[in-house]
Amino acid sequence: ERGHGPYQPHEPGYGLYQPGYSPYDDQIPDPKSRTLAIQNAKAYLLKSSTTSGLNLYDHLANMLTKILDEQPRNAVDIIENISKDVKWAHFQKKMDTLRDEHEILPTFEAAEKRKALFLKANGEGDEELEEEIGETPLPNVMETAFYFEQAGIGLSKDESYHIFLALKKLISVQPIQTCRFWGKILGLEMNYIIAEVQYHEGEEEEETEEEAVTEEGGKGVGEVEDEEEEKEKDEPPKSTYKPPPVIPKEENGTGANKYVYFVCNEPGKPWVKLPPVTPAQIVCARKIKKFFTGRLDAPVVSFPPFPGNEANYLRAQIARISAGTQISPIGFYQFAEEEDEEEEVEGGRDTYEENPDFQPLSVAEMVDSLSAWVHNVQSILKQGRCVWLNPLQKTEEEEENEEEEKAEEPDELPQELQQGIGPPLLTPLSEDEGIQNMPAWTAQPSTNLIPQYAVAVLQSNRWPGAYAFASGKKFDNIYFGWGHKYSPENHAPALPPPVQAEYPSGPEITEMRDPTVEEELAFKAAREEALAAAEEEEDEEGAEEDEEEDD
Amino acid sequence: MEASSLPAALELVAGGGAGLSPEKRAVLGSSLLLLQRDYRFERVWFWGCIQGVCGAYYIAEGLGPDRAAPRSRLYSLNCVEWSLLPPVTKEMVTQAGRLKGRFQGDPSFEYEYTERNAEDAERLFEDGKEPTMKEEARLVATIEQIDRAVGIIPRGAFVKTPLGSVSENRNFEGLSLTEAKRLSSYFHFTEPVNLKNKTLLEKADLDPSTDFLDSLEHDIPQGSWTVQLEKGGTVVVLRSLLWLGLTFYHVPMTKQYGYVYFGNGEKNLDLPFML
Repeated sequence: ERGHGPYQPHEPGYGLYQPGYSPYDDQIPDPKSRTLAIQNAKAYLLKSSTTSGLNLYDHLANMLTKILDEQPRNAVDIIENISKDVKWAHFQKKMDTLRDEHEILPTFEAAEKRKALFLKANGEGDEELEEEIGETPLPNVMETAFYFEQAGIGLSKDESYHIFLALKKLISVQPIQTCRFWGKILGLEMNYIIAEVQYHEGEEEEETEEEAVTEEGGKGVGEVEDEEEEKEKDEPPKSTYKPPPVIPKEENGTGANKYVYFVCNEPGKPWVKLPPVTPAQIVCARKIKKFFTGRLDAPVVSFPPFPGNEANYLRAQIARISAGTQISPIGFYQFAEEEDEEEEVEGGRDTYEENPDFQPLSVAEMVDSLSAWVHNVQSILKQGRCVWLNPLQKTEEEEENEEEEKAEEPDELPQELQQGIGPPLLTPLSEDEGIQNMPAWTAQPSTNLIPQYAVAVLQSNRWPGAYAFASGKKFDNIYFGWGHKYSPENHAPALPPPVQAEYPSGPEITEMRDPTVEEELAFKAAREEALAAAEEEEDEEGAEEDEEEDD
Repeated sequence: MEASSLPAALELVAGGGAGLSPEKRAVLGSSLLLLQRDYRFERVWFWGCIQGVCGAYYIAEGLGPDRAAPRSRLYSLNCVEWSLLPPVTKEMVTQAGRLKGRFQGDPSFEYEYTERNAEDAERLFEDGKEPTMKEEARLVATIEQIDRAVGIIPRGAFVKTPLGSVSENRNFEGLSLTEAKRLSSYFHFTEPVNLKNKTLLEKADLDPSTDFLDSLEHDIPQGSWTVQLEKGGTVVVLRSLLWLGLTFYHVPMTKQYGYVYFGNGEKNLDLPFML
């Protein structure tokens, strides 16, 4: 009836069919026969195939395991393929010709570079070692790190040591006279580690970049006039715009460019020299506030547009930070004694030397009063330089040229170019302006529990991240931060300048209403009257003259 | 960061230059343990340090059995004596949002508002007193804001039990290096805001036991987190640009992670201009 005959012992379902009960009944009356039926069913499944040697039980088990492991979507639709895959997998050797490559993590490369720092350079003999131990420009980074650590400031010891070795590498490559670890500036993708360096005198590399563009002011106008005389075409009038004179940057070795800075992203990576800073860059850097990305060639997109890329912006910020926060205990540096002290040096003195008779003040004194510290870097004027320069002063060459052309510039300086005067070098910190009701510096001893060995620590409030310490005869400055000045007000970007006037408005071009017909007629009538009156007078005069002549 | 892993963790976040002096490190080891005993916390976290003009506040947080419950916060001026801070209220947060400038370093300092609005004028009329805010309240509000905005944990570090409470995931073995570089592997450890806005399709892929918080991917403004590999690529350090000074570290493939704040306690509102 059902198409399934009486089940043979080897077929599944055997024993499930009991006379009187259909095989679809849930309950088999005799439990013993149920277990027997199950065993028979399982034995049937475990029977190995004659052709392939597999058995259905294992195959089903493998297939279900694979499905549960991988959880494919719509498993029921691809079950046949899965079954085929499982069977196929039997014939694949476990050993694959394709093996997974060991993952080369980027960390391994970085570790390689860092390890390279610790290897001694080839060819270093014993003689050189002895020379180095004598006087070396290499700063003792670990010692400085120790003092700053007492105040809770500084990088981990590992990183400090790596920087130490990286500085050593820098010194061995470049002809450097003094070197200092300036600090670390954080960036978005990578950070910057900065070294402040002074070259040996006379060994500085020459600039490969071209010098700043010469002033275009007077020459530009002169050329334009010549051209106009030559061509008499109908061209739109050339603009008479003269860009404000470009203020030249300070010479390398003076002012804001006194030190040369090298940066690298991580100790182990090569050091890159930063270009010298120009006043235009400093003036613009004061107006913008951007994060550093970590790549020196990244453009700085801002308003007002920054003249340069990230390397220039970084250099400008370093210059500002140094000018604002490099300090030393009073008395450590003194001005070099000059024979002729009556000479007034323009712009203040810019060199100092160490004072051999320096007597350090106690830590308590260094912390209590800010006048125990002085700035030892020249401050940057509004102009962007440390020494003020009159941009309208002509050099000799330009004066000759100007005699040929007519100079149009006024002799008086516009207001923004008035002479800027900054505080002279070695001014005490108590003269620093505070922000709102906050002093410019916060001074603390490193510990209150052990005052005998405490270190005096200063934090700058104007440039958060700038720190200085002093302990006995040792002192140093350092910067860890993002490279921005603190401002209690939100940063307001400069507004674009007002639209320039195209032409001066005067009576020649102001529109006036056309006179109406009545006004014209009235005017005409008035004019005729005046003419008639004038003729009568002339006639009278003529008659009088005739009369006179007659007499 | 966990009080127990403080020494190692401080080494890992020192890339920003901020840290603790050996004296503070030494005393924190013991004083945080004593905090745990006195207040019966299950976990004590060293939250960080807010630098004021004259002094600094060191903050610790204590967690109970449910790690996502509001935490008790304590502050100290010298890491030895700790005082419990009052729980935060919404009013405190709005008031603190109107104050500008640095913290002073004195908990009883009273700020006077420079800007007055209509509410203040009304209150002045009634009370006859000028509205002021104590620095302590401002401290509480600031810590709450920072935790809410930028307190983060790696994905999978905490699990939500079916009863609703949150506890550490003992099976968390750390994120892999590729996962650790992605912002979507980190969550804000606070009440989720964006979770319910996700489409059903996205929610289907989430695992409700570990993905119950907002990830950092959709933070506004985009780019307000920097992800860097430090120490030759062995530590992943996330720094927040919205609250400058918050640093999160994680060593991939290990259980070490944590965040700490060393800063002024001021929000960086210039962020959109600076990116």
